[in-house]
Amino acid sequence: MKILVCINNVPDTTTKIKFVDNKAFDSAGVQWIINPWDELTLTRAIEMKETQPADIESVTVINVGRADAEASIRKALAIGADNGIRINSDTSDSYSVAFQLSEYIAKEKYDIIFCGIESSDYNGGSVGGMLAEFLAIPSVSSVSMFEIKDGKVVVKREIDGGNETLSVQTPFVLIGQKGIAIEPKIPSMRGIMTARTKQLTVVEGVACNQLIEFVDFDLPKAKAACRKIDAENVKELIDLLHNEAKVI
Amino acid sequence: MSVLVYTENWDGKFKKLSFELISYGKELSKKLNTELVALSIGNVAESELQKLALYGADRIINVNKSELSFFDAQLYNSVLAKVTESVGAKLILFAHNNTGKALSPRLSVSLKAGLATAVIAQPDLTNGFIIRKKVFTSKAFANIKINSDIKILSLLQNSFGLLEDPKNAVIESFDTDMDFSDQKCKLMDVNKVSGKLILTDADIVVSGGRGMKGPENWGPIEELASLLGAATACSRPVADEHWRPHEEHVGQTGKVLSPSLYIACGISGAIQHLGGISNSKYIVAINKDPEAPIFEAADYGIVGDLSKVLPDLITAVKEFKA
Ligand SMILES: Cc1cc2nc3c(=O)[nH]c(=O)nc-3n(C[C@H](O)[C@H](O)[C@H](O)COP(=O)(O)OP(=O)(O)OC[C@H]3O[C@@H](n4cnc5c(N)ncnc54)[C@H](O)[C@@H]3O)c2cc1C
Ligand SMILES: Nc1ncnc2c1ncn2[C@@H]1O[C@H](COP(=O)(O)O)[C@@H](O)[C@H]1O
Repeated sequence: MKILVCINNVPDTTTKIKFVDNKAFDSAGVQWIINPWDELTLTRAIEMKETQPADIESVTVINVGRADAEASIRKALAIGADNGIRINSDTSDSYSVAFQLSEYIAKEKYDIIFCGIESSDYNGGSVGGMLAEFLAIPSVSSVSMFEIKDGKVVVKREIDGGNETLSVQTPFVLIGQKGIAIEPKIPSMRGIMTARTKQLTVVEGVACNQLIEFVDFDLPKAKAACRKIDAENVKELIDLLHNEAKVI
Repeated sequence: MSVLVYTENWDGKFKKLSFELISYGKELSKKLNTELVALSIGNVAESELQKLALYGADRIINVNKSELSFFDAQLYNSVLAKVTESVGAKLILFAHNNTGKALSPRLSVSLKAGLATAVIAQPDLTNGFIIRKKVFTSKAFANIKINSDIKILSLLQNSFGLLEDPKNAVIESFDTDMDFSDQKCKLMDVNKVSGKLILTDADIVVSGGRGMKGPENWGPIEELASLLGAATACSRPVADEHWRPHEEHVGQTGKVLSPSLYIACGISGAIQHLGGISNSKYIVAINKDPEAPIFEAADYGIVGDLSKVLPDLITAVKEFKA
């Protein structure tokens, strides 16, 4: 099977968020990383290829973005992906990202397409489902386990209050979350060396209608200082929660 | 035109979030001067379906087919697209939960409808259709304008209250007239947590971090949770060290919650943990370190040792409930 892992390039999660005139994210001095969920799906795809090489023919990573996203693609190659693709385009919203991915995938044929549950920047949580609908193939979301048994794909998905185990026919889009892997795989020295020789193909993006636009951004108001309650008088907390916050 | 709400049942009973969605949808449909249609897929008794009218549904559409007993996003989406067309819906509402996250993006493509997810407020209709949501894992807000004719929203749970507005709705059964024989996903096993409050649905959450020292100390957390009718949760290292099940892990890489009250016991308040709890209406922190960053996120705080504070708190809650 051929696996394609969609990876987004996002600001490091400890980044202090700032905007230029409240209109656009201020990327000055920002450290970029592979979106944490994509790191987990990628980790699982590579684990599978290493442990079940007969089942997995290749793992390709793909990103829709500008050249500055290539460091993240190279990192994915260093972790163990076989090759990388960058669709050269701006990434304003999930719909156009999904459309661009679908246009490329329609020509290339992958058996399983991995997406993360959401990007940690704009928190859309939409590309995976949109991509599946553009391609008219099944999607399974909130996936916390992925296996191939006797050539059959078995996944576990989280439902509100439990989980379900499914078998799924390929091709399909797998939308992964925590559990599919626990810790992201770290590139080895050798991985970093070989990544340099792996192929990174750049293809031009295609135009897409925009259904939504970001009007502006703002930061949360500074929170009122925490009200401290004496540890010897926890009753006061109950009192405040009942009479002031009205939550109990 | 109409507003369509996708409702969800759990073993034949609607989840609270469905009533929340209807309440939100009702307010919006009044502003837009249009009717509110509730859609239910699955096997739900009439008396239960009628509850949707209690919160303002003008019409209730029921799709009950054995082939749809199992949630397949592709099939469910094709049903939704048909229903949308049939009722002329211009606005479709989902909960931002596992099901809503699976369906709303697919429907967005089927209908060429702009989608905004994890919405936290009513739209601003003064200059187009502008909705507000949190971005950068709750570190900022964005205002998003949806320009398409049909619009889809998924709403963050517990962000809206329930509002009764009883209507006389008829229940219409909808025949999809579709062939479901070609099922690409097969259900092999279901594992439902029963008798336990679902974490993402919970109004109150009691959560423990590494400051709890070990799994053997979780008794007081569970007792406090049960006294408050709360769910239990934990920080990531606690789940990683198998002190608690992974389902309880909250934060950037775990579950994102939006309860009314989150009680953090022995949690330092790392940015990745806060990403999962900053939608809480109130946060209480109990920590022995007065400098712990959790106090910056908290509304109320107790600086003290959990081995003493927790039992005291349990006593105080017992007295309060008595
Ligand atoms: C990419 C990435 C993603 C991550 N995702 C998550 C995530 O989703 N969720 C998450 O939680 N973490 C996440 N983390 C980890 C996060 O950075 C922190 O390490 C973690 O949240 C710390 O957990 P903690 O607060 O339980 O433990 P600690 O940081 O060890 O804090 C324990 C606290 O308990 C207090 N304490 C100790 N003893 C007592 C006592 N007797 N009485 C009272 N207080 C006491 C201490 O003062 C301390 O503040 C992530 C990290 C990374 C790098
Ligand atoms: N620019 C992008 N390039 C490649 N994949 C992406 C991109 N943006 C999002 N994705 C994928 O879609 C998932 C969900 O993204 P989002 O809808 O942006 O929250 C991510 O976890 C990625 O797997």
